[in-house]
Amino acid sequence: MKINLNVDVHHLTRVEGHGNIIVKVEKGEIKQASWEVVETPRYFEAILRGQRYDAAGILTARICGICSIGHCLASIRATEHAFGIEIPEIAKKLRMLAKHGETLQSHFLHLFFLAAPDFINLKSVIPLLEKNPQVVAIAARLKGLANNLCDLVAGRTTHPVSLHVGGVSNFPDKRKLSLFKEQLKQSIPDLHATVDLFRTFEIPDFVRETEFVSLKGVDEYPFIGGNLISSDGIEMKEHEYRKMTNEFVVEHSTSKWCRLSRESFAVGALARLNNNYTLLHPEAKKVAETFGLKPVHHNPFMNNVAQLVEVVHCTYDSIRLINEILEYPENTPTMVKFEPKEGVGVGAVEVPRGILYHEYEYNQKGRIVKANCIIPTTQNNANIHYDIYDLVRKNVQKGMTDEKLELLCSMLVRAYDPCISCSVH
Amino acid sequence: MKYLFMESKRPKVAVFDFTDCEGCELQFANKEETLVDFLKAIDIVNFREVMSEKSDEYDIAFIEGSISRADEIERLLTIRQKAKFLIALGSCACFGGVNRMKNKFPMSDVNKEVYGETPKETLPVRSIKELVHVDFEIPGCPVSKAEVERIVQHIIWEVPYQFPVYPVCFECKQRFTICRFELGELCLGPVSAGGCDAPCPAGGTPCWGCRGICAAPNFQEFFNLAKERGFSKEEVIERMDFFGGFRSVTGSK
Repeated sequence: MKINLNVDVHHLTRVEGHGNIIVKVEKGEIKQASWEVVETPRYFEAILRGQRYDAAGILTARICGICSIGHCLASIRATEHAFGIEIPEIAKKLRMLAKHGETLQSHFLHLFFLAAPDFINLKSVIPLLEKNPQVVAIAARLKGLANNLCDLVAGRTTHPVSLHVGGVSNFPDKRKLSLFKEQLKQSIPDLHATVDLFRTFEIPDFVRETEFVSLKGVDEYPFIGGNLISSDGIEMKEHEYRKMTNEFVVEHSTSKWCRLSRESFAVGALARLNNNYTLLHPEAKKVAETFGLKPVHHNPFMNNVAQLVEVVHCTYDSIRLINEILEYPENTPTMVKFEPKEGVGVGAVEVPRGILYHEYEYNQKGRIVKANCIIPTTQNNANIHYDIYDLVRKNVQKGMTDEKLELLCSMLVRAYDPCISCSVH
Repeated sequence: MKYLFMESKRPKVAVFDFTDCEGCELQFANKEETLVDFLKAIDIVNFREVMSEKSDEYDIAFIEGSISRADEIERLLTIRQKAKFLIALGSCACFGGVNRMKNKFPMSDVNKEVYGETPKETLPVRSIKELVHVDFEIPGCPVSKAEVERIVQHIIWEVPYQFPVYPVCFECKQRFTICRFELGELCLGPVSAGGCDAPCPAGGTPCWGCRGICAAPNFQEFFNLAKERGFSKEEVIERMDFFGGFRSVTGSK
C-alpha cells in the first residue's frame, strides 16, 4: 500500500512550553516519527550554585508557572533532608493541602482548557463562551476554587510565599478554612457534571505497554516524599532517585531523556493511579470504574481520565485535611528553628505531571554547592517519542489523512499534559 | 462590552512566550470570578499555551519571558513589526528576571554544569527592551492579574495608566502586615515598586523586589537601615540582583 503522510507541528499549541511533532511516512514506511523539545534552556542548576538555603525554594518555584508549589515543596524538602530538619505535623498537613490546591488547579486547567477542545472539535475553550457558557462557568468555578485554596494556604497560587524551610509560615484563618470546606462540598455537583462531560468524549483506543514510575503510598495516596516504585516491580528509596531516572542528554532535544527497565517510562496521574489504585478515595475509585480504568492501564490517552479521578480524590481529601487542621489550636507552631549545615538532601514530590526530584549539596554556610532537578516531563519525553512512533505505526494502514494524524498525535502529547519549559529548566 | 452605555473597542490581542516559566500568561486564565468578562472585553487571536487558533493580525502583543537564543530574537523582531502596541509582561520580560542570574557565569560554564560535554545554544539573558522598542511594561513575578485587568481597561478606553508611585511598604501598612524587618528579615519593600498588594510579606516572605525600583527611592537611607538591622551591603545587593530590576543600582550584567 502506497501511503504518504506528513505531519509537521511546529510549537504544539495548548501545552506548556515549546515542542514539535514530526512524522514522515513514505510509501507506507515510517521514515520519521518524533517528539522534539526545542524550548530555550534556562540553566537553573547552574544558577542555583552559590544560592543561600532560603533562596532555593523561591528560585526553583520559578522553574514552572503551573506547578510552582510542587517545585517549592520539593526544594524545601531537599534542604530539610540536607539539614536534618523534621517539620511539625501541622506543617505537613498544610503542605499537603497546598499541594492538593495545585493538583486541582493544574488538572482543571488541563482538562477544560487544554485537553477538552480536541474532543468537541474546537481549537480552544474560547468558542465555548458563546456555544456552551454553562461548561465555561463550571470550569471557572472549579479552577477558581482550587486557586483560592492555594492562596489561602500557600499565600499565592503562582509562586507561593508561605512555604519555607522548617515548615509553613502561617496558620490559615480558621474561619476562612471552615468556609472553604463548605465551598468544597458545594463543588461536588460541578465535579459530577465534569465526569458526565468526559463520559461523552471518545478516548482514542491505543495501547503501548510501558513502565510507570511514581511515589509509593503507604497509608495515603502519595504526593509528598516516600519510596519510589515502578510498575515493573522496582522499589527504591527517595535518595536513590538517580538510579530510578538515569537521565541522559540526547542530540535532538534541549530536554534530557530518562529510562529504567525499558527504553522509556511514564510518570503522571496515570502512573500514580496505576501504582497506588487501592489508596484512592472510594468516590474517586467509583469514577475510575465508570471509565473502566483499572491498574495497570497502558493507554496514555487515559491520563486525562486519571486526572479526573485525582480531582475527585483531592477534593474529598482536602475536606478531610481541613477537618483535621481545624482540630489544632490557631497558635500551634507551624515552623521549627534550625541551623544550616553541610550536607546533601533529596526531595521527591508528585506534581500534577508526575514525580519531581530536587537534590542539593550544601556547604557549612548554608549555600548550595551543587544542584540537580529532574522534572516529570523530562522523564516522559522518551515515552512520548516512542508512543508517537507506535501510534503512527498502528494508524498508517487505516486510510489516515495528514490532518487526522496530526490531531491524533497532538492529542497524544496533550494527554501527557507536558510541562516543556519545566523539562528544560 | 458596554460600559456606562458606551460600546467599548475590542482590541485584538496576542500573547507570546520566550525564556520563562509561563506563569505570567497563566494569570490570563486566572482570577476566575472576572475571567469571562475579561475574555469578552478583548479578542484573543493568538495564545499558544491555551488555544490552537493563530492569527498574525493583532493590535496588542503581550511578550512574556526574557531572550536567550538567536531564534528568539528573530521571532521577537517579527512580532514587533506586526504589533501596534507591545507590552512586556512580567519581570523576565521587563528585567530578564531570575534567568538573568545566569549572566554572572560564562556561558560555557553554565552549559558544562547542565549538559556536560554536549552544550546547547544559549546567549546571555536580555530583557525585551534591550532588543526592541517596548510601549509598556508590567513587572511582577508573577504579574498581578488585577493590575493587568486595570491596564487593559485603560488601553481600551485610551486613558493613560499611572503605576502607583509608592513602595511595597505602603501596601503592607494598608494590610496591617507586620514589618519583616521587625521579624529580623531583610526586606526590599522600602525601595520596591508597589502595586502588587504586597502578598509576599503578608504570606511570610519578605519583599525580594520582583517589580523593580519604586518611584522615588532613597537608597542611601535603605542601605543604612539594612546595616543597622545587621545586613551587609553585599547581602542587600545579592537580594537586589535576584529578579534583575535593580541593575541601575547594583551595576550587574
